[in-house]
Amino acid sequence: MTGTLTERERAMLEPRTIEESDDPVIVFDEVSLAFDEKVILDRVSFKLLAGRTKIILGGSGVGKSTVLKLILGLLKPDGGAIYVNGRRVDELDEQAYMDVRDDVGMVFQEGALFDSLTVRENVGYKLFEETAIPIDQVDGRVKEVLGFVGLGEYLLRMPSELSGGQRRRVAIARALAARPKILLYDEPTTGLDPITAVTVDDEIIKLRDLEEVSALLVTHQLRDAFYVASHEAVREGDAVKCVPASPKKLAETSIVMLKDSRVLFEGTLPELRASADPYLQSFLS
Amino acid sequence: MAGYVVNATKRALEEVQDYVRLLGQIARGLTSRPIYFRDIVEQFESIGLGSLTVVLLTGTFTGMVLALQSGITLDQFGARSMVGRLVSASMVKELGPVLTALMVTGRVGSGIAAELGSMMVTEQISALRALGTDPVRKLVVPRVLAGIIMVPVLTIVADAVGMVGAWIITTTQLKVAGSVFWNSVTMGLYIQDVWMGIIKPFFLGFALVTIACHVGLRTKGGTQGVGRATTNAVVAGSVAVLIVDFLVTKLLISLMY
Repeated sequence: MTGTLTERERAMLEPRTIEESDDPVIVFDEVSLAFDEKVILDRVSFKLLAGRTKIILGGSGVGKSTVLKLILGLLKPDGGAIYVNGRRVDELDEQAYMDVRDDVGMVFQEGALFDSLTVRENVGYKLFEETAIPIDQVDGRVKEVLGFVGLGEYLLRMPSELSGGQRRRVAIARALAARPKILLYDEPTTGLDPITAVTVDDEIIKLRDLEEVSALLVTHQLRDAFYVASHEAVREGDAVKCVPASPKKLAETSIVMLKDSRVLFEGTLPELRASADPYLQSFLS
Repeated sequence: MAGYVVNATKRALEEVQDYVRLLGQIARGLTSRPIYFRDIVEQFESIGLGSLTVVLLTGTFTGMVLALQSGITLDQFGARSMVGRLVSASMVKELGPVLTALMVTGRVGSGIAAELGSMMVTEQISALRALGTDPVRKLVVPRVLAGIIMVPVLTIVADAVGMVGAWIITTTQLKVAGSVFWNSVTMGLYIQDVWMGIIKPFFLGFALVTIACHVGLRTKGGTQGVGRATTNAVVAGSVAVLIVDFLVTKLLISLMY
């Protein structure tokens, strides 16, 4: 049965390693977007390199989530160019975009789990509905990713039976199930208490360091940005722990600060802390 | 004032443009892969079986009240025995299709708008697209197919139970023999009437479901928006049913009579 699968479907079932490189997986080149008179993004440019994480920080309404929607093709820019895995995507139609979305997973702000489906069906949705992968193999993958986020026992629960933190972790598992090369997180800890937020942040760190997924994390929570940028996941026997990051790891996560629809700052966490910009200082204080 | 008119016109045109675009996407979804068979079966069950009770009750009581009213009117001409003819013509040609479509609009149209609206405001529709699924193929096409097929089926059911209701009233209240009633029913129906009663619900089912989907997919503004979408779907769907009924009736009369 597996022999009839496409190359992409086989890739969804097999472990993948991405070599860190200087090849950008996402490029924003002078991207602009406005809704009527309101400018959301004004010539925003940045790059996300393979296997790295970039954190987009900024106050509410500065266009952080819009960046993710543009990458996924849920919105179209008014100007500039967007590249995903080297392919220009801002001019693609909805049908052509489906291929691009195969490589991108997204964790939505409130999880956006499908109410009428169980955790198993939510996590395996893409594999069940959009591929010809046999059900037993999909179930195997679903158990694997749910185990990764620590929810292996919750297969048959409905989303309404989960806590806020569990819903976000299921959403991470769903985004991860088809082994995307890039993960986009839209405020994944909003509305969670600090302790639960750390469990979600730990999953983001584990994915970055153990699965080597390239990630774009949008948040307005400094606590999350600092925690993800300053920690790394290490294996200790069978267990995985998040510990303070080595200087090499610190350099692998960069931060973009948006203000007034434009990029105010781009650099690493130490560079952000050292910045003398008054707005950054007020944001950090 | 002029600004308000310009804005309202712009919004109305955008609405029509979006609806026409949705119809194009539905046409593409109906004629190309992927087709979500499981969702289609689910919607047939939800729209068809789920609406059966309300349609049975509506059809039965409409037939009964029609027999009662017709009896009073026909008594004035000493033509009580013709009740069956009046009831069958009214039920099959007009009341069966329209009342069934209105009932389905109230029950199914509101449900579709609320469900799709909730999915919009909780980003589940965006999540579907992010997971590589076209929401129109997955959510709209199965509902449209179910609407097109099940509304005519429900109409036939409503017509049938309406006749039975009318027969009960005619025989028990109006004291007309059952055989006279059924003979009158067959005498009053022409084949064109039957065709009209069967063809119209296809259009009504299509209109009410596509409008509900369109309204649901345009929902904005949280739970308040979902409530607004539900109301709009029922109001717009009901009005559309009456308008489409008139237009299709006019067309069919010019073609068949």
